[in-house]
Amino acid sequence: MEQFATLLRKRDRQPIRFLIVDDSIFARRNLARMIESFGGRVAGEAGDGCTAITEYTRTLPDLVLMDIIMPQMEGIEAAEKILRIQPLARIVMVSSVGYQENIIAALEKGARHFLQKPVKAEVLYDVVKYVMAEDAITAVEAAAGATR
Amino acid sequence: MKLELIQPFINAADAVLAQNLACTTSVSNVTMDESVYRRHGLAAVVTMKGDIEGRIVLDIDREMALRVASNMAGAQLSDADAFVSETICEIANQVIGNAITSLNDQGFHFRIQPPEVHTAENGFAGSEDTEALVMCFDTPSGSVFMNIALKFPKLN
Repeated sequence: MEQFATLLRKRDRQPIRFLIVDDSIFARRNLARMIESFGGRVAGEAGDGCTAITEYTRTLPDLVLMDIIMPQMEGIEAAEKILRIQPLARIVMVSSVGYQENIIAALEKGARHFLQKPVKAEVLYDVVKYVMAEDAITAVEAAAGATR
Repeated sequence: MKLELIQPFINAADAVLAQNLACTTSVSNVTMDESVYRRHGLAAVVTMKGDIEGRIVLDIDREMALRVASNMAGAQLSDADAFVSETICEIANQVIGNAITSLNDQGFHFRIQPPEVHTAENGFAGSEDTEALVMCFDTPSGSVFMNIALKFPKLN
């Protein structure tokens, strides 16, 4: 897999922590590999919306990657509930179904972005940088800052 | 079967297989299937309801399925491993999800059911109002078959 400039949290120079929510173990594994390729850390995983809420409050990740169609509770509802708990939660929806109405519904509930599967590592990397914005820094930038 | 309704499935399969199998693909054969569907390798089936109804089977060469799943799992897997079935279902989910996104943009509305592993050797006989089409995608490491049986209540 392609290697990317390592991304860190700006405030403490630690790896960005992710919660991956998808009912497919294959999809979760695939996303975890991509995250690790740019220096991220998987803080937790969930296979449905209910577990996602529990895992969010347990792990308090920097960013959530959330599937939409899942058993028990779908991703858009789970995103809405997480945002009620933490309005600043960064949630990116990830789904193979990219209906306009799904995307609009997710963004209206407060999701920061939408990614259609199959996810490409370089696209995920750009979306993570975009969503983390000023709260992320590359390892090179962090090292340069430390030597100034 | 109308080409504009089939093309999204071809485009989606091409993109999803290339990404997940990390290889190039080409459609080698497209045929109308008038007989009972016969499974080739490891398969998943997705059913859809709405303006377009029917089912789609994604059927991947056994060796290729095991290689993709083992690569992702980081260990050599066998047919019996649940992760292999997971892999087939997720690839099917991505192909169908991408295709119906495109069809939705053309104005067709429907719901899909989560993919299920298809283990029977045979099954899914056609019917008078259901046309079935079989596509074979060639890749450097094996073949992938997509069997699409749909009817279009809205168009009839």
